[in-house]
Amino acid sequence: MTDLATYNFAYLDEQTKRMIRRAILKAIAIPGYQVPFASREMPMPYGWGTGGVQVTAAILGPDDVLKVIDQGADDTTNAVSIRAFFQKVANVAVTTKTKDATIIQTRHRIPEEKLGEGQTLVYQVPIPEPLRFLEPRETETRKMHALEEYGLMHVKLYEDIARNGHIATTYAYPVKVEGRYVMDPSPTPKFDNPKMHMSDALQLFGAGREKRIYAVPPHTQVVSLDFEDHPFEIQHFDKPCALCGAEQVYLDEVVLDDRGGRMFVCSDTDHCEDRRAHGHVGHLLAQEAAE
Amino acid sequence: MTTVPLLKVNDVSKFYGSRIGCQNVSFELWPGEVLAIVGESGSGKTTLLSCLSTRLMPTSGKVEYHMRDGQYRDLARMAEAERRFLMRTDWGFVHQNPADGLRMTVSAGANVGERLMAVGDRHYGNIRATAADWLRRVEIEEDRIDDQPRAFSGGMRQRLQIARNLVTAPRLVFMDEPTGGLDVSVQARLLDLVRGLVHDLGLSAIIVTHDLAVARLLSHRMMVMKDGLVIEQGLTDRVLDDPREPYTQLLVSSILQV
Repeated sequence: MTDLATYNFAYLDEQTKRMIRRAILKAIAIPGYQVPFASREMPMPYGWGTGGVQVTAAILGPDDVLKVIDQGADDTTNAVSIRAFFQKVANVAVTTKTKDATIIQTRHRIPEEKLGEGQTLVYQVPIPEPLRFLEPRETETRKMHALEEYGLMHVKLYEDIARNGHIATTYAYPVKVEGRYVMDPSPTPKFDNPKMHMSDALQLFGAGREKRIYAVPPHTQVVSLDFEDHPFEIQHFDKPCALCGAEQVYLDEVVLDDRGGRMFVCSDTDHCEDRRAHGHVGHLLAQEAAE
Repeated sequence: MTTVPLLKVNDVSKFYGSRIGCQNVSFELWPGEVLAIVGESGSGKTTLLSCLSTRLMPTSGKVEYHMRDGQYRDLARMAEAERRFLMRTDWGFVHQNPADGLRMTVSAGANVGERLMAVGDRHYGNIRATAADWLRRVEIEEDRIDDQPRAFSGGMRQRLQIARNLVTAPRLVFMDEPTGGLDVSVQARLLDLVRGLVHDLGLSAIIVTHDLAVARLLSHRMMVMKDGLVIEQGLTDRVLDDPREPYTQLLVSSILQV
């Protein structure tokens, strides 16, 4: 009777789950296409990841191991409360280790560690429509998606270069999925865009307030838009992580005191801890150890 | 070489319920020809223009366009994707109010470049160079390229709108009162510019106006509309110098002489 025990598992009622799963299946079938769904009220405010929580609740099973990150960190308010929520309503195993997790709900970051087959990344999306600020009419943007009229997206990039001399968009950087739909990868930094390309993991996007679900299935092309003479580039940091010494990772700036002291540390806390456990030491940690 | 009409309009009518928008309009537009549609407000000229440019579906009748591949296509039966592609490559539409035709919150350069990017141009340097060239051709200084149209005067906006439409080298341009709302000296400059561009590029154009002077200056042929019907058509000079219909005579004699 284990089947009965999982009935109404993980907060949502069965009809809602069925509706969300159908939206997810449709989204996976049409990579990058925004599928409307009847988003429910969740016990948290809009903007806190109501879309992501609904997607996670719809795909979560009793055997899953859940990891929740917010800005790459496992220990920030949003991550802690959503993790606690699923522990309470579904009693699932949770983890902070990227490689142990089967479902990772994220806001803003893709973990540094390469995701593998069988893992699912669930994004919390505030504004799913990449054309929103260029064309406010939803009827028009849907038509533009349908007819593949994406010239306007490049107008935005053109404006960036005209004003700043380079493409100054650093997050929510538009991508083209499988050569068809232009998609907003939610407010992840463009540093993470290349990780979406040909990923082994399934990527699901849920926007609760905007009532849209979209997806990038495994092994799908995800190409960041650019100009021939202004190619897409990710952010570069001139210093390694102050705690673990990692390079080629996304760093957060942390102010240390009121005299201008600051450090750059890994935004992915799990990655940073893992490296330190393996004996990697950044300059600040080395300094502290010396004192 | 035989020349064939660019646009064939056959018995086009548009009804708004029981009201008449325009009725039984037929004409042919030839390559390089400028046709003016004149008449008082409410006479159906804008409705007709909307029907021709597929912004409205005619209630009955047929509008055929001579595509670049040499085939005639019924505009009403075209797929929407194809129609929209045609509208932003082979056609232009100049609105009376430039704010309707421009993106007011992006720079002049991006406004001109939008069509290029829409047809797949992905080289920033080339797009910008083309935009600068077009700004020069419509007499906007090149250093205004990064300014938003909000910072432009009415005349400049209208010229920018024209540049934005002509950048993909369209063969047919629709203009709805292109000089409405501009003062006379700016009007004169704009008319001069449009006349030069039409001549240089060999454009065909359909211009809707209530201003007979505009029609006189720009058009080769004109149609006079009243209550949704075309009551007189012919060469511009013939219609204006020798109007046959009483209404046309009235229209011509109502021009203020200074």
